Amino acid sequence: MKRTVFAYPYVVWMLIFILAPMLLIVYYAFSLKGSLTLQNLAAAFDPLYMQVLLRSVLMALYATAICLLLGYPVAYMLSTMKRTTATLISVFFVVPMWMNFLLRTYAWQVLLDVNGIINGLLTLAGLPKQQFLYTEGAVLLGMVYNFLPFMVLPIYTVLMKLDPSHTEAAADLGANGRQTFFKVVLPLSMPGVVSGITMVFIPAITTFAISQLLGGGKLMMYGDLIENQFLLMQAWGTGSALSFILLILVLISMAVLRFTEGAEQEGGTLW
Amino acid sequence: MKKQHAFFKGTYLGLMLLFLYAPILVLIAYSFNQAKTMGHWTGFSLQWYEALFKDSMIMEALTVTLSIAVLSALIATIFGTSAAIGIYSMKKNRRRLIEGISQLPVVNPDLVTGISLMMLFAFIAIRDGYLRLLIAHITFNIPYVIFSVMPKLRQSSNELYEAALDLGCTPFMALWRVVLPDIMPGVVSGFILAFTLSLDDFVVSYFSTQGVQNLSIYIYSIARRGINPKINALSTLMFVAVVTLLIIVNLKSIREEREALVQLKKVASKSE
Repeated sequence: MKRTVFAYPYVVWMLIFILAPMLLIVYYAFSLKGSLTLQNLAAAFDPLYMQVLLRSVLMALYATAICLLLGYPVAYMLSTMKRTTATLISVFFVVPMWMNFLLRTYAWQVLLDVNGIINGLLTLAGLPKQQFLYTEGAVLLGMVYNFLPFMVLPIYTVLMKLDPSHTEAAADLGANGRQTFFKVVLPLSMPGVVSGITMVFIPAITTFAISQLLGGGKLMMYGDLIENQFLLMQAWGTGSALSFILLILVLISMAVLRFTEGAEQEGGTLW
Repeated sequence: MKKQHAFFKGTYLGLMLLFLYAPILVLIAYSFNQAKTMGHWTGFSLQWYEALFKDSMIMEALTVTLSIAVLSALIATIFGTSAAIGIYSMKKNRRRLIEGISQLPVVNPDLVTGISLMMLFAFIAIRDGYLRLLIAHITFNIPYVIFSVMPKLRQSSNELYEAALDLGCTPFMALWRVVLPDIMPGVVSGFILAFTLSLDDFVVSYFSTQGVQNLSIYIYSIARRGINPKINALSTLMFVAVVTLLIIVNLKSIREEREALVQLKKVASKSE
């Protein structure tokens, strides 16, 4: 008996529950009542839906940019600390990731509510109450809050493994702190940055519960749109076409990011 | 200068940690508040915890979540380990193809995985919500088990297996008594990973099942309607459970595992 036999049960499972469902999406995206058509795809490119897509992409870009701006310094500071201290603090950054993301998001609902803590503090300070919840800002905040650790972790991992002789060499050659950072540390940490961006941008663009909880459903994202098509409208054709577009978008962003990373590394070896 | 740097560093990291923990801490504090509305403190009370444990819907959802996590992790570990052993000795092309397809649930957005499974279940007429949930969780868990076991297989030597065969073991016995003990650490970390992923999942569950609620689906349906002090109490208990678990299990290994997860996703997204 060959050892490969042990893979067969899984291969059957995989064909039925991984491959077939994906083929179903493609099938429904390109068929109507059993015949091949581009009608669903055309419906999915409706200007109204494109607007939602644009909004989702923009929100995901904003969230990624903010996570990078907030997260890179964290990773960098951790990497310059004593290893044991850094390990301890990095654990603190990881613990919230172990809490269910719905609860993490719900916590912000509590903070931002009209009768919530932040408004309570504003009233104490004699300021008028603000409507924080159910705004675009709240959704963005929720995304940043949920995805920040995914930016910090990969960058920290890369920075930690960085050979200190690189920065020492730069210092020996007369570079000051700023020059060393921008010309040595930052370029060498690019693989971490790229994987951080991937790990924030892709979940951000497909997010749907965050916008329901913090945006109150008023602010439709692409994920909400897909949910609506399937669960509310029962429109499997359009829904599948929308999912198909989302999937293509995700694959493209992955390819682009991988390409940048590859180019970066190649440039590094050439140099 | 150096002191100033350290001060700045401490302040920045402190602010970031405050950002991460403030919402959770506020949630915990207000789970002990008497009033139903948040924002002002009217006195200490455990009434929301009492209400939580009397809520049969929540208790039912908790049972579903825990039983699905245990069952799906167990089945995924068995399938995944056996699959890894088989795939490992396959020829290169077939192996690549299977590994590629296995990465789909890792790379795919959860939303797409959930919807595609929902369509499949409707298509092949699996109507039972619990069964749907179980199949969905097994499906997204198996790849993580395979990718945790694979590196350990690479480290273990094939000669041992062959020696066992030469010494009269049946292939199954050789695997059970020689290969399996060798790759056990990978199997265990695969199981733990699968268990936690199942506990945490919302999106795939939400789309793939019907009629059955696990904890995250229940929380979503309630939180959509606004703030509910019972959910505060529930969050507190879950947070305490997570932290306790983290302290019991070695802190360091937990961080490494999450890093490994990040790494896995990275590798998967690259080779896709």
